[in-house]
Amino acid sequence: MTDAAPALRLEGVDVDLGGRAVLRDAALTVRSGELVVLLGPNGSGKSTLVRAAVGLVPARGTIELFGTPLTRFRDRRRLGYVPQRAGVTSGVPATVREVVLGGRLPRHPVLGLHGRADRRAAEEAVERVGLGDRLRTPFTELSGGQQQRVLIARALCDDPELLVMDEPTAGVDRDHTAQLATTLAGLAAEGVAILLVAHELGPLRPHVERAVVLEHGRVAYTGPCDAAPEEGHQHPHSSDPENLAPVPGEGVW
Amino acid sequence: MMLELLDYPFMQRALVAAVFTGLAAPAIGTYLVQRRLALLGDGLGHIALTGVALGLLTGWAPLLTAVVVAAAGAVLIEVLRRSGRTSGDVALAMLFYGGIAGGVLLTGLAGASAAVLNRFLFGSITTVSSTDVWIVAVLGVVVLALSLGLAPQLFAVCQDEEHARVSGVPVNLYGLLIAVLAAVTITVAMRTVGLLLVSALMVVPVAAAQQATRSFRATHLVAMLLGLLAALGGVTTSFYVDTQPGPTIVMIALAAFVLAALGRVVLGRRRRVQALGSS
Repeated sequence: MTDAAPALRLEGVDVDLGGRAVLRDAALTVRSGELVVLLGPNGSGKSTLVRAAVGLVPARGTIELFGTPLTRFRDRRRLGYVPQRAGVTSGVPATVREVVLGGRLPRHPVLGLHGRADRRAAEEAVERVGLGDRLRTPFTELSGGQQQRVLIARALCDDPELLVMDEPTAGVDRDHTAQLATTLAGLAAEGVAILLVAHELGPLRPHVERAVVLEHGRVAYTGPCDAAPEEGHQHPHSSDPENLAPVPGEGVW
Repeated sequence: MMLELLDYPFMQRALVAAVFTGLAAPAIGTYLVQRRLALLGDGLGHIALTGVALGLLTGWAPLLTAVVVAAAGAVLIEVLRRSGRTSGDVALAMLFYGGIAGGVLLTGLAGASAAVLNRFLFGSITTVSSTDVWIVAVLGVVVLALSLGLAPQLFAVCQDEEHARVSGVPVNLYGLLIAVLAAVTITVAMRTVGLLLVSALMVVPVAAAQQATRSFRATHLVAMLLGLLAALGGVTTSFYVDTQPGPTIVMIALAAFVLAALGRVVLGRRRRVQALGSS
């Protein structure tokens, strides 16, 4: 395990869900300071790949974080994860500040409440996504796009060295996607490794180091995004029943 | 008037039990509501009845056998939920029926009457012994200390389990802890509210608090305050009006919910009128 090791490395990763092959021989590497985007049609396995990368679905093959096999990776503070918004439940109201403070858990002692430093970090992270005036607002009172930005703030709040984001721009309007793109570019410039799932590149395009395109659970392309197949043209369309292969746990956006 | 109440040792014990019940039930109930497992307390209350009957049959303290059996039931339901072999509501239903059937069956085998079972089903403050109060106090302190001291982790597990897992939080362990703490709380509340109504004290104060609060922390604390007031108010009222404490406590908690909900509607309407007037 050295710092020269990639922040994230997947090699020959297979995932089966519900007895069905969802990912086959998937490989990708994200190094410090790189912004890598994962593209592909609905059901191609994008979400499954990032969920496997952070240990949320069982996978075969090599998955390493900072040179350490995922199963032995303990330094969770180095990893920030933005799930799809659907995973966040709210039987009891919780404010934006409370949700974002969840991002400080890896450095939290077993017993005790969040301290002043935690609250300051949460406030800074919320400012960063442009919601500084909504700290006390209940999460459920926000629009879908604003909720997504809160989850991004939660991932940023512990200064991660690797950010893994599952459709962070889903439901976010173009202005805020542009703002997010600038934030992510700034983080990459600071040396943060970023892997994100996106349905289209949009304002992210100028900042993306590399695109990885998945098709039918296999990596179909890895390289500069300018040469990547245009989304929505060369890919099977999600509304085409013959090509739609829904992946368990991966929603249709 | 309150001093007269305190002249009776059984009322002193009942009030001490009410304090711990009123605080502990919403303290853990808030997490159950957040996890959308509001009815878990009911299922565990039913299975605790089997524990009570086991105590009657073996001659051991029913409070202790109830806490052991309810905790075992809590672990079982969590394992069933996690393994995905059965859905949460089906697992709960099995606990409901198995718990009641086991409780009545074992009570019959122990030769105890239905009146004995009623003491546990609906609460009976006059029969709370000093030993019971000590057990309730110790278990109550454990529930309060863990549900408040572990608040950041428990909140994270209930709010976004997958994010908590990625953050390195032992999600399965905390899930089990919440279920076991719920089981312990049921035993704490058994003598004051009764097993059939204990879940109400875990859920209703939370629902009432939610009408007026905007944050999880405020909901948690206000629910505990409401639970405390309902438990103390219910025990006191039952002494003067000669009603059963369990239903009295629950009706006071429900009245708090209705008042809070009405207050929310009235305030909301007033705000809308003011907003229209100023625009």
